[in-house]
Amino acid sequence: MTVGESLLMHSPALVIAVPLLGAFLMPLFGRLHASVRNSFALFMLGLTGGLIGVLASDVFSHGPRVYVFGAQDLSIPVVRILFEVDSMSMFMALITVMLAIVAVIYSWSFLRSEDGLDKYYTLLLLVVTSALGMELTGDIFNFFVFLEISCIASCALIAFWVEEGEALEAAFKYIVVSSVGALFVLFVIGVFYAQYNALNIATLASVLQLTFLDKIALVVLIVVLGMKAGLAPMHMWMPDAYGRTPPSVTLVIMSATLASFYGVLRIVFTLYGNSLTTAIRFSLPLHVLVGWILIALAVVSILIGVIMALVQTDLLRLIGYTAVAEIGYMFLAVGTSIAALGAPYATVALHGGILHLLNDAFDIGLLFLVAGAILYVTKKRSLDEIGGLARTMKFTTVFFIVGLLAVAGMPPLNGFASKFLIYESVYQLNPILSIVAILCSILMLAIFVKVFYAVFLGPELPSLADVKEAPRGMVLAMGIFALLAVIIGLFPNIFIDTLVRPAAAALLDHAQYINMVVGGV
Amino acid sequence: MRSTSTWSWGVFSIFSLESGSGFWNPLLWLCVALIAFLLFYGLRGFGRSTYKKGTMQTKAFLSGNPEAAPEDMHVKASNLYWGFTTSMKSLYTVVRAMHTGNLSDYILWFVLVLAVLFLIIGVM
Repeated sequence: MTVGESLLMHSPALVIAVPLLGAFLMPLFGRLHASVRNSFALFMLGLTGGLIGVLASDVFSHGPRVYVFGAQDLSIPVVRILFEVDSMSMFMALITVMLAIVAVIYSWSFLRSEDGLDKYYTLLLLVVTSALGMELTGDIFNFFVFLEISCIASCALIAFWVEEGEALEAAFKYIVVSSVGALFVLFVIGVFYAQYNALNIATLASVLQLTFLDKIALVVLIVVLGMKAGLAPMHMWMPDAYGRTPPSVTLVIMSATLASFYGVLRIVFTLYGNSLTTAIRFSLPLHVLVGWILIALAVVSILIGVIMALVQTDLLRLIGYTAVAEIGYMFLAVGTSIAALGAPYATVALHGGILHLLNDAFDIGLLFLVAGAILYVTKKRSLDEIGGLARTMKFTTVFFIVGLLAVAGMPPLNGFASKFLIYESVYQLNPILSIVAILCSILMLAIFVKVFYAVFLGPELPSLADVKEAPRGMVLAMGIFALLAVIIGLFPNIFIDTLVRPAAAALLDHAQYINMVVGGV
Repeated sequence: MRSTSTWSWGVFSIFSLESGSGFWNPLLWLCVALIAFLLFYGLRGFGRSTYKKGTMQTKAFLSGNPEAAPEDMHVKASNLYWGFTTSMKSLYTVVRAMHTGNLSDYILWFVLVLAVLFLIIGVM
């Protein structure tokens, strides 16, 4: 076996091991020099990205991969952990590593004068590891372990500006909310283990009977992971946390948040995939009930997100609320695809939801980075104290325009492509839902036009006369996201054909996921 | 994405995103936007340029009142959409009341959603 083949064979494990190793080595490299530490963080994430690229190429061309930690012979009854990597997992892993790489590039300039950066990079790599673990694992207990790592590391990162009382408060709220959620997940794991003597997702999916306890488990998993993803009305931790952390931290927490959204997809489509068509009450199949529940929560998220964003004066917090609305759009698409399972437009809705996941990561990420650049140069958070920055921050202004148009779903940027698919498919399920979604998008445009006017237009304020453009590292990080928003917007079909369609197919074809493990026993 | 439309204009169709009931082509959109821009730019060329920088033309006329300081002239973000938020006061009262910032309430919402979904899926 060549080195390349060996690398490919063990790549699912290495994708987790490399950032984890980087996290533990970080204090050592931090002692050498700040630039060595920064380069090391980027190198480890670049290496992880390379491994994900190799693995993704293999998975997209040859189908899902199973990687076994422990006894290779699945018929031997010993403890083992399985990673099951399909196109959806790889799609998520690509987003996670992309967000992390941009976060590190941005951190170089944004956090240059801060203390404790060794610990910061360690925690950042731990969050990346946990998000990747949640996306790659095929074991529900292992998913819980990575969820816990994500909670603890994210909490510490949210409290990065510990001298600010609000950051500490946001971190405390986050850890309480996350821990409560994680405990409920542990309860569900107990329920599954007690009933089926198994923790592997594929094995559980193959034997799931949809008992009363299974229904309870489904509810708990949807609510907990929905809360972690920022679904209203359990979203309140999100603006608190996003509003008080450095934007580079927000990017990696976003990756953990999106991993929770992925968790909902995996639970509904894969774990409960066989039971979705089972009629549970009033001749209504499970997928109709679950789909409409997700749609209801999604509409609440979209409405609350835009309504609250409109009255915010803290820019980071405002974007935090729009992130809630964007999560709502994703759940609206996924809810539609579940409620209308089997209909042609259900697949279109799923494509729209998955593409929107990618777009949300880049667009909301870009807006957070722009908000961070404004905070960095002005040292002000309130929109009321800022104005006329377009004169001095030309690059940042252009990036903000790209971000605002993309998030508001304006053509020809990426947000429009995914929202177009969502509107069209949701309209076929219920036109009113589509109209609400479009109106909220218009409201979102109005919100960011307000921000654009307040921050970038108007006369030059004497208190901001010395303001200059953001440092090059931050401009580069914003530029990467802006470029991606434009490229995806101009060539959406390429991204759909190469990334989104295989990911959606992997979710819909739960039998293949199950057979990869159960078929081998 | 089911291809149902008969739309195929060579290179344009490569960039076309089809939803089953419609299509979106960014390239076509850019072409239309470019034509519109050229049209308006051409129309603009018919106008007369009488603008002179650094003259009274560039000064704001405020009914004879002196020009205020930049900070005073800039409309603050919290004042924008005042009409909208005021007309929606009753809605904002309810939505703001939800966002207490109290951690106990965050958990309460979680428990509430959990309970409602238990009733719908588990017990119903």
